[in-house]
Amino acid sequence: MSVADLPQSSHHAPPVLAPGHGPATITDKISSVVFGRMPLWFYVGMLIAFGGVMMLLGALTKLVFEGIGIWGNNQPVGWGFDIINFVWWIGIGHAGTLISAILLLLRQEWRTSINRFAEAMTLFAVACAVIYPLFHTGRPWLAAYWLLPYPNTMGMWPNFRSPLIWDVFAVSTYGSVSLLFWYIGLIPDLAALRDKAVKAWQQRVYGIFSLGWRNSARHWHNYESAYLLLAGLSTPLVLSVHSVVSFDFASGQIPGWHATIFPPYFVAGAVFAGFAMVLTLVIPLRRFFGLEDFITTRHLDNMGRVMLLTGLIVAYGYAMELFTAWYSGNLYEMYMVKNRLTGPYAAIYASLILCNVLAIQPLWFERFRRSVVALWIISMFVNFGMWFERFIIIPTSLHRDFLPGAWDMYTPTRWDFATFFGTIGLFLALMFLFVRVLPAIAMFEMKTLTPEAKIKEGAH
Amino acid sequence: MHAAEATPDLHGLLAEFGSAQGLVDAAERAHRAGYRAMDAYSPYPIEHLSEVICEHHRSKVPLICLTGGVIGALSGFALAYWTSAIDYPINIGGRPFNSWPAFIPVIFETTILFAAFSAGIGMLAVNRLPEPYHPVFNVERFRQAGARDGYFLCIEATDPKFDRTATRQFLVEAGAVEVNEVAP
Repeated sequence: MSVADLPQSSHHAPPVLAPGHGPATITDKISSVVFGRMPLWFYVGMLIAFGGVMMLLGALTKLVFEGIGIWGNNQPVGWGFDIINFVWWIGIGHAGTLISAILLLLRQEWRTSINRFAEAMTLFAVACAVIYPLFHTGRPWLAAYWLLPYPNTMGMWPNFRSPLIWDVFAVSTYGSVSLLFWYIGLIPDLAALRDKAVKAWQQRVYGIFSLGWRNSARHWHNYESAYLLLAGLSTPLVLSVHSVVSFDFASGQIPGWHATIFPPYFVAGAVFAGFAMVLTLVIPLRRFFGLEDFITTRHLDNMGRVMLLTGLIVAYGYAMELFTAWYSGNLYEMYMVKNRLTGPYAAIYASLILCNVLAIQPLWFERFRRSVVALWIISMFVNFGMWFERFIIIPTSLHRDFLPGAWDMYTPTRWDFATFFGTIGLFLALMFLFVRVLPAIAMFEMKTLTPEAKIKEGAH
Repeated sequence: MHAAEATPDLHGLLAEFGSAQGLVDAAERAHRAGYRAMDAYSPYPIEHLSEVICEHHRSKVPLICLTGGVIGALSGFALAYWTSAIDYPINIGGRPFNSWPAFIPVIFETTILFAAFSAGIGMLAVNRLPEPYHPVFNVERFRQAGARDGYFLCIEATDPKFDRTATRQFLVEAGAVEVNEVAP
């Protein structure tokens, strides 16, 4: 960390938009990323990510040919990497909705420059997440009848009392509504790109997707109303999604799962993981595309604060898990804790505490929250930490439950890793494509932050 | 409407203003002068401008959204009830077939789903989008600046008070930097 990273006067918050910007410079600067030439690192990064996509396709093809026996899942550990990664990815998506919806309702202006990017992250994380429950059925085309309620020749319907069907509804609603919210937010910016594009095919493509948007005051009137409604609807939705995911566990009887703290603990963990991923991606992005005027140290500072807060909630969750296990006096609950702390997976539990509880403590201090290097390192700790958390919750609870005769160890295979790294590749490839073809920062919303957007009402 | 009186070869007059404040002031002035068939264009939403142009009418979108949400809730419950209690009743853990508290998560999700899509699609429908052709794009200056940094006010030829020369004069007096005729 260099001296330049430190703020000049620490009590004065940096602006959310650097001075000197007006509507024209905002459009030009942000659309230049789309219409300009991409630097070499972009192609190298895209190539690596695309390699990951190929690995994912290979791993899934192998899975469909041979069945889920190629994974490390066994009895009693029926859920391994498939559900760990599903929960991890879904959690990452939550920061996008939090930024785009909840912070909008709370009138946090600083959300504006990161909201588009974070929403894209939500969509791609959900896309990666749904691969797992779909393919962990082994034969997804046959699994459709107990995942989706459609009239089938067997005359069967899914069980609406099961948290697993709630999960299907929650995740598919979340994916669809996030896509809608993102697209509605994009329409005015697509219109700006349409008018800015020089090549005919670009004008045509952006023209089709911008639906003939012309920035009419009558349109804005309805648009603002719809945007606010979508934010209001997304807020309870995002809270419901990870709560429902946690019901998959909490409504089971396995020690380590059967806990009422799960819904809030999962939601806080999701926001924690999501903000870490936003920081991981946004810090290099603003640097490489020169977007420091739009994503300022104010944003980094605020994201650091949210990460600290949600991290502390998660730490409280860990403490409560230990406490309730002891306070319950239940043999199996107490053994579960002992097994986590001293059993065969104790190193992962220790890593979890290191990454999610200890590594975030520097965020109490402003000098760390405003240092890009420190923030990026802490965010990487959290990315790993939240993955360890899901590993601790899922296999370590399952592998030693009630009867010692039914215990077994869980070891992921190379196909587990190939699928996992494959989804990371897919996520990054989608991110690269997004930055290339769409404005990564909401231009029309940034324009409302400029000084000239402040209107004095006349004698009307 | 007085469409018959309108000049057939003209959609309206499009005036450009130098700032958002200038556009808002001009829109207020045009409203006071009695113009109603007009629209303003700004690269970002300006709440006060929409109030002037829409004459404080409330948007229909919230009502569409509410309707969608109610239909979503009823559909979610109907789906769960019909499949679990009528078409495929199965005794699971001794619960009643219509174990409605267990249906709440699904009902909640369908409510949000229908409400959100009603708001989104309803907004497009109320705005009559997608609209492949609109006359304002015939003005070269609008194509360049409409979505970038331009502030425009268009008084349409269908307005009873519209007059090609008098309206142009009015717009210039209201502070327009440039006034263009909009081909229909």
